Amino acid sequence: MEATMEPGSTRRSFVNWLLGTSAGAFVASLLYPMARYLVPPPTGESTAVSVTLPVKADDLKPNTGQIFKFGSKPAILVRTAAGELRAFTAVCTHLNCTVQYRPDLSQIWCACHNGHFDLNGHNVAGPPPRPLDAYVVNVRGTQIVVSKGA
Amino acid sequence: MPPAVGPRGRLWSWLDERVGLVELEKLAHKKQVPIHRHRIWYYFGGMTLFLFGIQVATGILLLLYYRPSAEEAYESVQFLMAEVQFGWLIRSIHAWSANLMILALFIHLFSVLLLRAYRRPRELTWMSGVALFGVALGFGFTGYLLPWNELSYFATKVGTEITGAVPGLGHFMLRLLRGGDEVTGATLTRFYGIHVAILPAVVMAILGLHLYMVQKHGMSVPPSVERQGGPRRTMPFVPDFLLRDMVGWLSALAVLAALAALLPAELGKKADPFAPAPIGIKPEWYFMFMFQTLKYLPSRILGIEGEIVGILGFGIAGLFLLLLPFLDRTAERGGRSTVFTWIGVGIIVYVIVLTYLGYTASPTK
Repeated sequence: MEATMEPGSTRRSFVNWLLGTSAGAFVASLLYPMARYLVPPPTGESTAVSVTLPVKADDLKPNTGQIFKFGSKPAILVRTAAGELRAFTAVCTHLNCTVQYRPDLSQIWCACHNGHFDLNGHNVAGPPPRPLDAYVVNVRGTQIVVSKGA
Repeated sequence: MPPAVGPRGRLWSWLDERVGLVELEKLAHKKQVPIHRHRIWYYFGGMTLFLFGIQVATGILLLLYYRPSAEEAYESVQFLMAEVQFGWLIRSIHAWSANLMILALFIHLFSVLLLRAYRRPRELTWMSGVALFGVALGFGFTGYLLPWNELSYFATKVGTEITGAVPGLGHFMLRLLRGGDEVTGATLTRFYGIHVAILPAVVMAILGLHLYMVQKHGMSVPPSVERQGGPRRTMPFVPDFLLRDMVGWLSALAVLAALAALLPAELGKKADPFAPAPIGIKPEWYFMFMFQTLKYLPSRILGIEGEIVGILGFGIAGLFLLLLPFLDRTAERGGRSTVFTWIGVGIIVYVIVLTYLGYTASPTK
């Protein structure tokens, strides 16, 4: 094979290879910063482990619920018909909508795709695949403190 | 030496010498449109293009008042609707024309499908059309968020979360779309950039290709008409077909004006990331069939999360649509590919039924 090759052909193919890889590297050096630019910088995970709610414990009537801010995400505080306080993340496990309390069903409900959760946060009907994460609720005097489980 | 004055005046001759008007005129008169019983469907491509033109014009006008930030977007649209003269009209026409454009696009796409106009040599015309359909949905999805109201906020949350469910690349794509982990002002700015700069540039490229190929290959005659044989009747595109086109466009303009005046676009409540999703939340009607499908899927199907099954299903359907010219080998040989007619009709019926259910099924049950 070597003998039949024209004398210039290896040099030619080397130059072509050099030109091709240079062009490729040039394009890559343009595209790489653009691609990295499009990816948003990472945001710090919310470090909140507990929040004191702006509502008084007595203001929340039985069989109602309320959305509050837990770090950067919404959470829901529910007072059951029996008077017990419970808190969960308010982010539906299906497609991320914010859930609400339905007094007529005594359930937590997501309006987006009709997902139902019971008052232990378990997904009981509709498309949600997982239960809602539960938080720990402590009442200190009249203040409500919600924290992540240990 | 002074230029020779042609029979059509000095200006014509001057321009012809520089631009080549005679060639352009020849090109315009070359195009012939076949006449047969299915010819009504030829009008929907042009209709889509006309409504797209309205979108460009009204979109540019809206840009002059709109402010793309979470703090100001809602208020700037409120100001536009309440204070700016005819602001309500421009925005309502933009919103209605978007809906009619997608409708015309649906009709164009399915009529081309059922009449087999994707046959050789129009495979790339079809594929560029399917791509334009995807871009149009992208326009709808990104534009919906811009007023930054409650409905659009949650629709975007759900819509972008769906991309997050794609196995493997999902989380990366979700962050890329949202400009972060959550739907925030960063998402709004990003969608604004996509809506007014990126997608228009993409449309220019694909639409240019699409129209070039339509011009190159001419209108497709359906196989059912070809099989009948007999003499082929045609009419010139300029002026016969174009004038008929314009009757349609003027009617569309009248319908748009009536819709915008009688049912102006609403604004709703400002988005609040810490409020529950509102009851009766729904996407734009052209996403309704997908939205309603996701409602009916159980949480697990064969051990896989229901939403992932749904998303994969729609992905495969989209790919099927894109590659249709290469799957339907019978039509290419001029035969009757009844299976593909039934698949096409099946898709249409599915979309209509699920959309109907989306608007009638109780949102709270």
